[in-house]
Amino acid sequence: MQHELRVLKPEEHFIEDEPYYEPVADEIAVFEAAYGNALPILLKGPTGCGKTRFMEHMAWRLKRPLITVSCHDDLTSSDLVGRFLVKGGETIWVDGPLARAVRAGGICYLDEIVEARKDTTVVIHPLADDRRVLPMEKLGELLEAPDAFCLAISYNPGYQSVLKDLKQSTRQRFVALEFDYPNAALEQTIVQRESGIDEQQARQLVKFAHMTRNLKGQGLDEGASTRLLVHAGKLIASGVAPVVACRSAIAQALTDDADMLSAVNELSASLF
Amino acid sequence: MDVYLDPALSSRRTAAGPAHDLAACARAEQEFVLHWGAVVARDNAELAYQFTAFAAEAVRCMDLEAVQSWLLHAMDLYDKKGQMPAIRALQDVAGFAANRQEKLAGAVLEEQAPVLERFICGLNGRPLQIARHARCFTDTEHIFLPPVVGRLPDKASNLRLLKAMAVHQWAQNWYGTWRGDALLRAVQDGTLDAAGLERFHALETIRLDACLARDLPGLHRDMAALRQRLDQVDAALHRRADALTRPGADVADTLRLAVALRDLPADPCCYRGELDAAAVQACLAVRAALDRDRFRIALARLVDEHDGVSADAAADDDADAGAELREDSRARLDARRHDDPEAPNGVRFELFLDGKPVAPPEDLVSTMESIIQDLGEIPPDYLVAAGPGLYRRRALQQARDADSVWAGTYHEEGAFLYDEWDFSRQHHRKDWCVLREHALPAADLVFHQQTVRKYGGLIKSIRRTFEVLRGEDRTLRRQPHGEDVDIDALVEAQADMRAGHEMTQRLFLRQHKEERSIAVALMVDMSGSTRGWINDAEREALILLSEALTTLGDRFAIYGFSGWTRKRCEVYPVKCFGEPYDDQVKARIGAIAPKDYTRMGAPIRHLTALLKAQEARTKLLITLSDGKPDDYDPQYRGDYGIEDTRQALFEARLDGVHPFCITIDEAGAEYLPHMYGAANYTVVADVSRLPAKVSEIYRRIAS
Repeated sequence: MQHELRVLKPEEHFIEDEPYYEPVADEIAVFEAAYGNALPILLKGPTGCGKTRFMEHMAWRLKRPLITVSCHDDLTSSDLVGRFLVKGGETIWVDGPLARAVRAGGICYLDEIVEARKDTTVVIHPLADDRRVLPMEKLGELLEAPDAFCLAISYNPGYQSVLKDLKQSTRQRFVALEFDYPNAALEQTIVQRESGIDEQQARQLVKFAHMTRNLKGQGLDEGASTRLLVHAGKLIASGVAPVVACRSAIAQALTDDADMLSAVNELSASLF
Repeated sequence: MDVYLDPALSSRRTAAGPAHDLAACARAEQEFVLHWGAVVARDNAELAYQFTAFAAEAVRCMDLEAVQSWLLHAMDLYDKKGQMPAIRALQDVAGFAANRQEKLAGAVLEEQAPVLERFICGLNGRPLQIARHARCFTDTEHIFLPPVVGRLPDKASNLRLLKAMAVHQWAQNWYGTWRGDALLRAVQDGTLDAAGLERFHALETIRLDACLARDLPGLHRDMAALRQRLDQVDAALHRRADALTRPGADVADTLRLAVALRDLPADPCCYRGELDAAAVQACLAVRAALDRDRFRIALARLVDEHDGVSADAAADDDADAGAELREDSRARLDARRHDDPEAPNGVRFELFLDGKPVAPPEDLVSTMESIIQDLGEIPPDYLVAAGPGLYRRRALQQARDADSVWAGTYHEEGAFLYDEWDFSRQHHRKDWCVLREHALPAADLVFHQQTVRKYGGLIKSIRRTFEVLRGEDRTLRRQPHGEDVDIDALVEAQADMRAGHEMTQRLFLRQHKEERSIAVALMVDMSGSTRGWINDAEREALILLSEALTTLGDRFAIYGFSGWTRKRCEVYPVKCFGEPYDDQVKARIGAIAPKDYTRMGAPIRHLTALLKAQEARTKLLITLSDGKPDDYDPQYRGDYGIEDTRQALFEARLDGVHPFCITIDEAGAEYLPHMYGAANYTVVADVSRLPAKVSEIYRRIAS
């Protein structure tokens, strides 16, 4: 697939080609029902299991622009809502991504919401209940969201840090969808389809992923995600030897611990 | 030599013989032997004599580095098992020299065990521990492997062989060699004699290898290459056993074939090891009972959850509180078998409660898997929820805390083991110190109240000082980026522009949020020497410092420490990291009382481990102490203790922990710079000033 540079405004970011997504359960129906009822959505699940891909797929399905904000610990509320800038001696207001999404009736997806500062998460509260308004304090305005607008957030409950937990007042506003790695057969289909390797290799890769997931808690924080499998699959499809691909795309991405690395490498070597 | 060997010498034994032997060695070698002889003599004179006696021979057949590792190996044995094995190791110079050659090229289990254990765990199934044993076998909980594998000339091949051995034992567990009791029964009723068992094992290897070839082709390739290199593979046997290589063949097929092929001898196999039916039997019996109970308890929880009763309430309400089983649940529970080619055993069980399928929680799933791995099914007899009697029995069995373990001094179960640095050997003594966490006795708030009254004014001023320090949001003016426009800057910029100057870009206000990310562990000396006013001062200092830390919002923990020889290192949690600074903690500070000695290495290592688990940018370990490290055991006194503490602190720094020491020992300046580093300690000469000083010191080091 060839991609060329395109410059877009966030609210014009319509997804035109159907993003590949294999439904695991009834998540598409639930999302559509929630969207129809103007309810915000919370996606839970480990990293690389398809949350972002699911959002792209839903944006395509619902034909709405998708505005994604990756949250970080310095994200302030004005980063979301907007701020005044000075241009030629005058101050002008610039909408933040959240305000843009509300105005355009798009889908605003706040990825890894727990990474954002706690005071920041609170600005989405009025948007996330039945008021569906975004107060723009500095402008002295109130944006009432159109029906087409949808708020979605994601978080990974696997991080067991007390500092990174979602407040009850936030999480209880959302319809929650739980994601996990798909079952072996489905994961194999996904890896095969996304990377273009054959069935046999995809099966071995998935088996390898399960082996690393067995090690979760035994020295690994997380097992290999579906995304890592796809990465390894792509390398294999380009002619890299499977053991090397697993080492570079999976083992090294999982851990720095020398013993763990050699154990994981032994595991991949035992499969191929 | 006479000097340090003195206690081991007698009228019949003099140092003359060894000295004569040594005279033939080079000067450097003699000095080496004398140096180490003196080091060993500090631990055990007899050992030193044995070392000196055999040193000349050792120096002749090995280089000095090898001689040193020979000695250290013996010393490790002495630490772990006592004098006799150590002496035997020393006497076996030739054996060690030969062994060392093997070790250089061979795969040493001790080095590989962490990797192997994870590897096996990754492969699947019940976690199996790797253990050392002269033979290679499994008891279904451990994989026993030889300490060194050196059959092949190079290290890489030996590693592959060791791995193959481990995998074969894992395969026995995973592909069901011991499943059900078919094999165990055959051994017990004599269907398989010793030769028969060996034949069975050879055939079972063919079956397991075929399974491996299907599931783990890379591994199978390695193992086949090893066999080709080392073994005479019996082609006839393989032809006859062709049926075993088909998918779906199980242990019963192997057994039938083993009986049918009575006249065929077993062929050798480099990684097979042996089958130990007795060990498996013992393990299986214990685990089966445990798994059954665990399964039933988990079922009880499932049933209670389903009925909307909490487990405790159910246990309380039940009139028949002694019953171990709830017979009424038997009819409600059901497990249905599904054939599932994806599952390792080819079957999957689904649980049904009142005719509806239920999703079992994770712990129940792993118990179910363990049961299926052993028995191949969930026996209908298991499907009954546990009653309160069983709950209680299990709870009793599980209550093994530090105090109950303490009943016997040499029981090390439930305790933390830490290495200790022996400076004379320049090596760690492995798992040398036994450390336990003990709870402090219950106490009241009287001491805390007294202190608060006594230092009322000081506490107020501490709060004020530390409030200033607390990380607060600050508005930064004239920033290039920010949330808001800085009007002052904008007006100025406008004026500049009108005047024809260049307009500045710094026109914004930014909220700067300062978060203190500090975790502090306070280690308080509870040795006997603190008895009296030192202890009072320590406790007062802790109360004042806790006030300061609470004001600051820094995460902190307080642990008292004391000890009596290496087998009894103790820490007393006063406040753990997650715990709030509440009345219980305040009362516990009051309960800090002098105990025994100051063996500092183990508590430092323990607190470092706790700090390491904390997520904080800065980690501080502050020791409140009144003197040098010291212990009942005379060896620890003096340099040994200081060097061990220094090493423990050095290890702490490697783990990102900053150690700091506050002491009231006026002589502290002599040894503390050596242990903590030049700037990392403070001597408070006047004990009565300690409480007031400590918060001040903290402010200095943590801001």
